[in-house]
Amino acid sequence: MPILPVVLWTDALIFLLLGAAIALGFYAARREPLRAPWRQIRKRPVAMAAMVVLLAYIGIGLIDSVHFKRRLPATEAGQTAQYSPEVVSLLDVVTDRLRKNVERTYSAPLATHAYAKETVEMPDGTQARIFPRLRYGGAHLADPEKEWPQDLLFTAVQGGLLGLVAALGLNALFLFVLSRRRHTRGGTMVREILAGKTDTAWRATLGTLSLLVIWAGLCASLSFKYHLLGTDKVGQDVFYLSLKAIRTGLVIGTVTTLVMLPFAVLLGIAAGYFRGWVDDVIQYVYTTLSSVPGVLLIAAAVLILQVYMDRNADAFTSVTQRADVRLLFLCIILGVTGWIGLCRLLRGETLKLREMDYVQAATALGVGSWRIIIRHILPNVMHIVLISVVLDFSGLVLAEAVLSYVGIGVDPAMISWGNMINSARMEMAREPVVWWSLVSAFVFMFGLVLSANLFSDTVRDALDPRLRGR
Amino acid sequence: MIGYLIRRILYAVPILIGVNLLTFVLFFVVNTPDNMARMHLGMKRVNQEAIDKWKAEHGYDRPLLFNPAAEGSGKFTKTIFFDKSVKLFVFDFGPADDGREIGVDIQQRMWPSLAIAIPALVVGLLINITAAMLVAFFRATYIDFWGVILAVAMMSISSLFYIIGGQFVFSKMLRLVPISGYGDGLSALKFVILPVLIGLVAGIGGGLRWYRTIFLEEIGKEYVRTARAKGLSELRVLFGHVLRNALIPILTGVVVVIPLLFLGSLLTESFFGIPGLGSYTIDAINSQDFAIVRAMVFLGSVLYIIGLILTDISYTLVDPRVRLS
Repeated sequence: MPILPVVLWTDALIFLLLGAAIALGFYAARREPLRAPWRQIRKRPVAMAAMVVLLAYIGIGLIDSVHFKRRLPATEAGQTAQYSPEVVSLLDVVTDRLRKNVERTYSAPLATHAYAKETVEMPDGTQARIFPRLRYGGAHLADPEKEWPQDLLFTAVQGGLLGLVAALGLNALFLFVLSRRRHTRGGTMVREILAGKTDTAWRATLGTLSLLVIWAGLCASLSFKYHLLGTDKVGQDVFYLSLKAIRTGLVIGTVTTLVMLPFAVLLGIAAGYFRGWVDDVIQYVYTTLSSVPGVLLIAAAVLILQVYMDRNADAFTSVTQRADVRLLFLCIILGVTGWIGLCRLLRGETLKLREMDYVQAATALGVGSWRIIIRHILPNVMHIVLISVVLDFSGLVLAEAVLSYVGIGVDPAMISWGNMINSARMEMAREPVVWWSLVSAFVFMFGLVLSANLFSDTVRDALDPRLRGR
Repeated sequence: MIGYLIRRILYAVPILIGVNLLTFVLFFVVNTPDNMARMHLGMKRVNQEAIDKWKAEHGYDRPLLFNPAAEGSGKFTKTIFFDKSVKLFVFDFGPADDGREIGVDIQQRMWPSLAIAIPALVVGLLINITAAMLVAFFRATYIDFWGVILAVAMMSISSLFYIIGGQFVFSKMLRLVPISGYGDGLSALKFVILPVLIGLVAGIGGGLRWYRTIFLEEIGKEYVRTARAKGLSELRVLFGHVLRNALIPILTGVVVVIPLLFLGSLLTESFFGIPGLGSYTIDAINSQDFAIVRAMVFLGSVLYIIGLILTDISYTLVDPRVRLS
């Protein structure tokens, strides 16, 4: 085998979550009460557009979660296989050029020359202060001053056209499948979609998808020849960093929920159902935890992990693993501070549900407590759980940036939007301003959080029985 | 009512003990005094003597929870837990690891924190509620739809962006206010304006959406229909009936945070170099001064519990149906 798969802790949890989501999808698809909210979501153009963007982010995050080590070329015959210590992901392979084309220091987006003047030895032996050419950005141009605008336009149009072709292909595929399923002719289907008369908001969905694909083609083609979003202090490509940071944001947003969910659901329902001393103990635990200011609890926990890691430095074989453990730990700590709200909600709802006739009937028939909880209570509080999962997501992504800024977030070696902002915050004081790493981090984060917020609003409206029919 | 309050305060005692035990376990059991000494003295070439000396100087040379060597009640009082944690209950915070009195520092630093937090809260409430009323007045129109979309977009922007962007535009480009710092008396005003303004802008998205939901919930109720049927104008309905009834859920959210205003905002204060309690905490985290962090955790939980009690009291003030017993 030329590669050795590496499964990091967060990778395992992400794929577990993916599996759970797919299983939930199959389960819901066969049950009418669960299909109804989905139909309502599909009708909303805003929600569908947000979902497409969200899926794009998730796709990149998933590609970035497949980690492996490359095998080193054998130095002598008959040697056992040696693997490179560097853990790379599938995304690293796809964006190999971006990752390896490291400049010396800052360069502006799409630039061919460095950001600052340097003393360079000229071919004739004299020294001069000039803006040196970049090693990789626009290196194919012989005379950048003349060719640059033309080449830029050409590359952009080329990429855009490529994206357009791909988008048209995708649209055609969708149209074919849709018209087959509806037993209508393709032409009628196109007219209905363009007029926005379909039940599902296909116009918004396909429109967003097409724009996204064209945009991706444009970015890909430009980023092959230039540094699309410039380079940072140590010369790394900012576009590459922004893409890599997507996974960190997604992990924080989803794994945290996965970690806290069992506690919140189990304790919340148990407190509401059993009442008495169980309720007292659980209420005491969560009141105590919620009285400690969240940031301080996180700070304390991360400081302690830091001390622990410094003492057991040899337990972590690579930087990636070390960063991964810290990320997981951060998720757990965010989960510990985050489960209280959901737990409280579930307790209140269970208190109401346990007085319902069907629960009373089940109790009278001698059904055991846990069976009642699983068969009668749990399905009836599931909408609360789902709503809080989607609502929490965007808050967690934003929290990561703030925590990393404060110095209690993810490992400094981990690529995340928070770390990008943190390392770039002094650059605003430079002349001329180095704005690109900050702006890229903010824009990428904004895209994810905005689409998550818009989507979760619709999910809440669709799932909450109190809001239904408004 | 008095009996209820006394009971609530007594309930707070086990919770505070829990908080104390939790922070104690977090700070001392996982990270022993020996480790702390090593960290403060530098990791390299520290012999046991130096560690013991540091521990004795800072009062960490006793057993953690139980002292079998001591006499009588000293078995429990001559321990680090009693020394460092139980004294917090009488607000005796003791010295920080660098020797300064934490209690004195807190008293000095809470004023700058309040100077930013109080205007931000009061003005923010006014703006958010007014904006939410407007959107609720125009509900189910394009103004409502785009208002909500704008609010969602604004709350999707990281608060770091508002701070960094605000500093860049107002301090660096327009040079209207200083970038960071703080002054005494009235001269503090020019340092306070920008953080407050940024706090308002950053909070308006979430606030507008939250209050809009509350207002819409109230608008759907029967008494609103009655008021309209009486022939009251929509504005009278909104301000006379809906706003007054919506005060109950609004109070729940607001009163609980009032005591916490003392702690200030970690982010804003450290960005603007304001010597408040927020930047105090951040500095303590960065220099790993556990004594300060512990004191702030305790203070935070006390203030939170005070906030919960205040919320209950304020209910009786705005809602005549609620009687505390």
